[in-house]
Amino acid sequence: MVPRKDEQELFAPGHRACPGCGEAIATRWILKATGANVIIVSPTGCLETFSSPYMFSPWRVPWVHPLFENGAAVASGIEAALRYKGRSDIRVVVIGGDGATFDIGMGGLSGMFERGHPVPYICYDNEAYMNTGVQRCSSTPLFASTTTQPAGRKSWGKDRPKKNMPAIAMAHDIDYVATASVSYPKDLHDKVEKALTMEGPSYIQVHTPCCTGWGFPPEKTIEIGRLAVNTGLAPLFEMEAGEVTSVHRIGERVPVEEYLMAQSRFKHLMGSEEGRREVEKIQRVADQNIERMGLL
Amino acid sequence: MEKVEILEGSMAVALAVKACKPGVISAYPISPQTHIVEVLAKMVADGELNSQYVLSDSEFSAASIVYGASAAGVRSYTASSSQGLLLMTEVIYNAAGTRLPMVLTGVNRALSAPISIQVDHQDTLSLRDSGLIQFYVESAQEAYDMHIQAFRIAEDPDILLPVMICMDGWVLTHSYEPVELIGQKAIDAFLPPYRPVHCLDPEHPLTFGSYAEDDVLMELKYMIQGAMEKAKVKIEEIASDFHRITGHPGATLVEAYETEKAEVILIGMGSLVGTMKEAIDAMRSDGISVGLMKVCSHRPFPAEAILDCCQKAQAIAVLDRGFSMGSEGPLSLDVKAALSNLERPRIFSFIAGLAGREITTETIRKITMETMKAAKSRRVVRGSQWVDLNRSIL
Repeated sequence: MVPRKDEQELFAPGHRACPGCGEAIATRWILKATGANVIIVSPTGCLETFSSPYMFSPWRVPWVHPLFENGAAVASGIEAALRYKGRSDIRVVVIGGDGATFDIGMGGLSGMFERGHPVPYICYDNEAYMNTGVQRCSSTPLFASTTTQPAGRKSWGKDRPKKNMPAIAMAHDIDYVATASVSYPKDLHDKVEKALTMEGPSYIQVHTPCCTGWGFPPEKTIEIGRLAVNTGLAPLFEMEAGEVTSVHRIGERVPVEEYLMAQSRFKHLMGSEEGRREVEKIQRVADQNIERMGLL
Repeated sequence: MEKVEILEGSMAVALAVKACKPGVISAYPISPQTHIVEVLAKMVADGELNSQYVLSDSEFSAASIVYGASAAGVRSYTASSSQGLLLMTEVIYNAAGTRLPMVLTGVNRALSAPISIQVDHQDTLSLRDSGLIQFYVESAQEAYDMHIQAFRIAEDPDILLPVMICMDGWVLTHSYEPVELIGQKAIDAFLPPYRPVHCLDPEHPLTFGSYAEDDVLMELKYMIQGAMEKAKVKIEEIASDFHRITGHPGATLVEAYETEKAEVILIGMGSLVGTMKEAIDAMRSDGISVGLMKVCSHRPFPAEAILDCCQKAQAIAVLDRGFSMGSEGPLSLDVKAALSNLERPRIFSFIAGLAGREITTETIRKITMETMKAAKSRRVVRGSQWVDLNRSIL
C-alpha cells in the first residue's frame, strides 16, 4: 500500500494549503486511487483556492474549478461528453468541500445522483466554510463555535445536529455510499478505488480536520481525525444497495470530551456545569452512532 | 439539397441544432422555450440525433452541464427563457471567463415580478455584460440560419465565447413560417466537427478555472473584450463563408433599411423589426423620410456601423423592449454612446411592447412623428418615453 518512492505524485507538493491541512493530505491519497486517467472537478472552496493561483498548479491531472454550487452538474456534463466521445475509460471525480456539498450545491448533486452518472462525488468535510473564515455550515457539528454562529452568553454555537448527508445520498438509491477519514488513508484509498468500480454514482464523505478552523496545532491533524473516529462522532462505514456493508470498529469507546477538549471550537463547553450538560448531549450523538452502526 | 417547409419557429431551431451535431444537449423546461427542447428530445429518442441529452434539475445545472461538456471538448447546446436565463447567468459569466464555446437559444420572455410568460427582451438584455455574444433575430428563417453560424462563431479559436441567439417567445417560437432548409452536406462543409484548442484531457492535463488576482484578472477580462472586437470582423468572414456554401444570406451586425438620406432612423431588435419595416413602407409612400436600423448583433455592439449609417440623420428613435431601472432603455444607451461625439442626430428613447403588449404599425408611425417633432424643437428630452401607458392604472 505504501507508494513506491519513484511514483509520481498526481497532486504535487508546493501548493498553498495551510500546514497540517487535512484535505490536502486527503486529496493526495484520493489521486493515488484514481490514477492519471481521470478528470477532477472541484467546486469553489479551500482546495480550489490553495491549489490554483493563476499560472501555478499542483494538478498533474486535468482539473476544472467551475463555480461553488455546480461541481456535480459540471461533472455530469463532462461525463456525458466522454460518453459521446466513446471515452468512458476516462473517469470523472468531484472533490468538493462540505459547503459546496451539504449546502449550496445539494440540488445539483441530487440531480447528478438521480440521473445516474457514473461519477464518484467525494466531499472533504472540514465542518464549516473554512475558505471564507470558519462560518457555520449544515455540516458543522452540534455546539461547535463558528464565526456566524459563535458561542456567547446566550449561545452554545451550532444549535442543530450535523446534517446526515450520507443518508441523503443513500436515499437516491445510488450504488455506493461511504465515509472515510484522512487519518485512515488506506481505508480512504480503498473506498475511492471501490467507488470507481461502480456503474452508477457514488458518494464518499471524508472527515478532514482543519487546524486553523477547529483550533488545534497543525501537527495534530491526524490525531484529531482519529479521535473523531474513535469517539464515534465520525463513524467510518460503507453502504451498498441501502444496506450498511462494512464498518470500521473502534474497539473501545473514547469519551467525546477528549476530542472536544483538544479543539478551541468547543472550548466554551469546558469548565462549567452547564457546559458539562451540553457535552453529555454530544456524547449521546456519539453513543447513538456507535449503537446504530455497531461500531464496538 | 434545399427545401422550403412550413415550420414552427421552434422546429426550425431544432432542425438547425440537429444539423450542427452537438455532442451534448442539456435543458430544463420553461415556457416558451419548451418546444425546441421537446423536439430535440424526440429526435434523440427516435435515433435521428446522436447526442447525449442530459435532463437537468434546473437551468443552473443545464448551463453547468453544457459548461462541463464544452470543457471536455464537445460541441454543446442549451436553451432557456426568462427566469431560467437569470438562473443560468452565473454560469454564462463563468463560461465566457473560462473561454468555453457553447450555443444557447434565449427565447425572450418577461421577467418576474409580476410573472408573465409573454415576450419582451428584459431577460436576455440582462446578460449583455457577461461576455456572451448575442444576436437578435427577426424571423424563423433567421433563427435557423443564425443557429448554424452561431456554432462556427462560438468555436472560432479567435473568439471562444458562448453565443446566444435571442428569439421572441411565442411570436417566433410558436408561429409557422416558410423556412428554407439547407442540406446536411452543405452544413457539414460549413461547420466541420469541433476541434477544441484546449480541453480536459488526461493525455495533456490542464488546469481550468484558476484563482486570479489583480496581477492578471484585468488582462484576462481585457482579452474577452479583445475577442469581442475580433468577433466583429470574424462574424462577417464566417457569414460570407456561410453565404458562399449555402446560398443563404449570412449574419450581419446590423441591417439598414431605407436609411439612405432618411431624416429619421428608427432602431430596434427582434421580431418587432418586421412591423417597423411595414410601417416604414407605408410612411415612405406618404412622403415621410424615415428608415430603419436593425441591430442584429447586440454583443459585440456594432457602434461603428451605427455611426456610419446614422450620422447624417436628423433624429434617431430607439425602441427598447426592456428597461434599465433607474436609467433608460439599454439599447438606447448603447446607441447614444456610439453617437456621443456628434451634435446631430438627436436620439430619443422609447419603451414599448413589454410582456407582449402589441406594437402596431400605428404605434411605429406615432413614435416617428413624435421624434420628428421633438427633433425640431429645442426642448431637452431626458430619459425614455414609455409608449401608450394606461395612466388610469398608475
